[in-house]
Amino acid sequence: MNLNKVLKGLLVAVPVLTLAACSSTDEVAATDANTGANTNQVVEQGLSAEELLRQQLEALRQDNTIYFDFDQSAIRSEFASVLEAHAAFLRARTNITVTVEGHTDARGTPEYNIALGERRGQAVTQYLANLGVAAGQMSVVSYGEEKPAVEGNDESAFSKNRRAVLVY
Amino acid sequence: MLKLIGKSLVAFALVLSAKSYASLEIVITDGVDSARPVAIVPFKFEGNTLPNQRIADIVSADLMRSGKFNPIAVTRMPQQPTNSKEIDYQRWMKQGVEAVVTGTIREVGVNRYAVRFELVDVFKGASGGGSSSAIIGGQLTTGLTHILDARETTISGDQFRQYAHRISDIVYEKLTGERGAFLTKIAYVLVRDKADFKYQLVVADYDGENEQVLLRAKEPLMSPAWSPDGTKLAYVTFEKRQSQIYIQDIYTGRRSILTSFKGINGAPKWSPDGRKMAMVLSKDGNAEVYVMDIATKALTKLTNHRRIDTEPNWSPDGSKLIFSSERGGNPQIYSVNIASGVTERVTFEGEMNLAASYTPDGSGIVMVNRTNGQYNIARMDVESRYMQVLTRTYLDESPSIAPNGSMIIYSTLYGSSQVLALVSMDGRFKARLPAANGRVKSPAWSPFL
Repeated sequence: MNLNKVLKGLLVAVPVLTLAACSSTDEVAATDANTGANTNQVVEQGLSAEELLRQQLEALRQDNTIYFDFDQSAIRSEFASVLEAHAAFLRARTNITVTVEGHTDARGTPEYNIALGERRGQAVTQYLANLGVAAGQMSVVSYGEEKPAVEGNDESAFSKNRRAVLVY
Repeated sequence: MLKLIGKSLVAFALVLSAKSYASLEIVITDGVDSARPVAIVPFKFEGNTLPNQRIADIVSADLMRSGKFNPIAVTRMPQQPTNSKEIDYQRWMKQGVEAVVTGTIREVGVNRYAVRFELVDVFKGASGGGSSSAIIGGQLTTGLTHILDARETTISGDQFRQYAHRISDIVYEKLTGERGAFLTKIAYVLVRDKADFKYQLVVADYDGENEQVLLRAKEPLMSPAWSPDGTKLAYVTFEKRQSQIYIQDIYTGRRSILTSFKGINGAPKWSPDGRKMAMVLSKDGNAEVYVMDIATKALTKLTNHRRIDTEPNWSPDGSKLIFSSERGGNPQIYSVNIASGVTERVTFEGEMNLAASYTPDGSGIVMVNRTNGQYNIARMDVESRYMQVLTRTYLDESPSIAPNGSMIIYSTLYGSSQVLALVSMDGRFKARLPAANGRVKSPAWSPFL
């Protein structure tokens, strides 16, 4: 979850609530209306930046999954351009953090798969670090085989579940 | 402010109810030809308010599920005696029945019942009237050797199930010489894909009855492990978008966090003395096996290798851990002496071996073995290193051994769903425990309670 977004959402929401609550008392409403106007200006300026960020994140979320071979954590060359796009974004937005979720298919044991999923997540963060992303912007969480993207127990399901997902 | 948001988003709920969610059933998929024929005669009831649990049915089901006995159907019984004096031994002999359990239930007060039972050896009863004399401790004693056990106990109406399991324990121990495990419990994780709280940690009697949901969560729950005294579970949660190890008291519901390091916090296993916890942490960047002193939280790192080390488990004497390691290529089982740090490879057969645990007597190691791409439960004899694959099910994982070493419960794929299954230690008896509602995984068999 993007905490920045949550906080900005609260900044917008708070003045609106105050205005609504005080509208019956003219005196107080006037003061609050001032404050509200000021806040709105700030938010107004922030919104276009927010909107730009929202669009960038939207685009990155469209293409945020790296798939792996069975029992492997090497990044396949076909995912280079995806990771380069994420790296460029993170280099430009050093205040943004990303969590890389590592996942496996159902084969093997749950505990082994937690370790394998972490290795996949780390392969992604290592790749991004090599492209200049600061270590402090990235974290890894492995869910192993616990959160499959696709139900099913054939290779087509397995191949979609062996993945790392970049979550903003 | 962030703290407040965090608190309002906490995605778990503690539930201490006996409400049944999974309703495990037991379907026997592979019986044993050599199972010994016995008879549990329906107990005679004397009173007005009939109890709703039938002791003989519960004892029969227990003994059948042990894989060692074949309780005959009531319709095949030549007679229905209520005590040993009424038994016509010749008729039971002809039926090939080795042992008979008879009993009575007497209503002795409001919600109070006196339950009496006898366990009788048919062959001894048939030959020579059953009394014997012996000089024990310098005194001549006369005993009825064909009566292997006889007891009377007063119980309340809600204790019938439990007392029936107690009778099963006594019968099993008298006839096999091995302690029964019918009064034990299993913990497992139930996953209900459509539910709001998708993951549930459940504790039930070993036969799937008396389910109790200990925890419901929106994020995965993993790796329940029993404390050796049977009062607590350690397990792994992902509530805060990271893995954490918790300890929860089963009876009070109270829980406390044990570890929350960066990276993996996983695979907790209590030491036999209950004072230490083996676990896997990746706080230094790589999955390694540690032992934590639970009281002081002091950590000892027992592996140090850039490849995966995981799934630690204690030797019965607490001196060693066995664990899975990729250091030789594919994962195999290794052991490490906790005091000296000396590490040895344990398994050499199969493409992979994972999730190992010692049998209670230390003579064997049970694990997940991969051969020809198939993941099955296997047992290796420690001394001879002879490896026997016990199951033929698909994608087997998470084996957990009954405290008497007779049976292994594990998770497997049946149809398209994860279910629990049982296999006897010799691989001859197999059963499946399908859940009516959801996928079931990560079973953990309790110690003797």
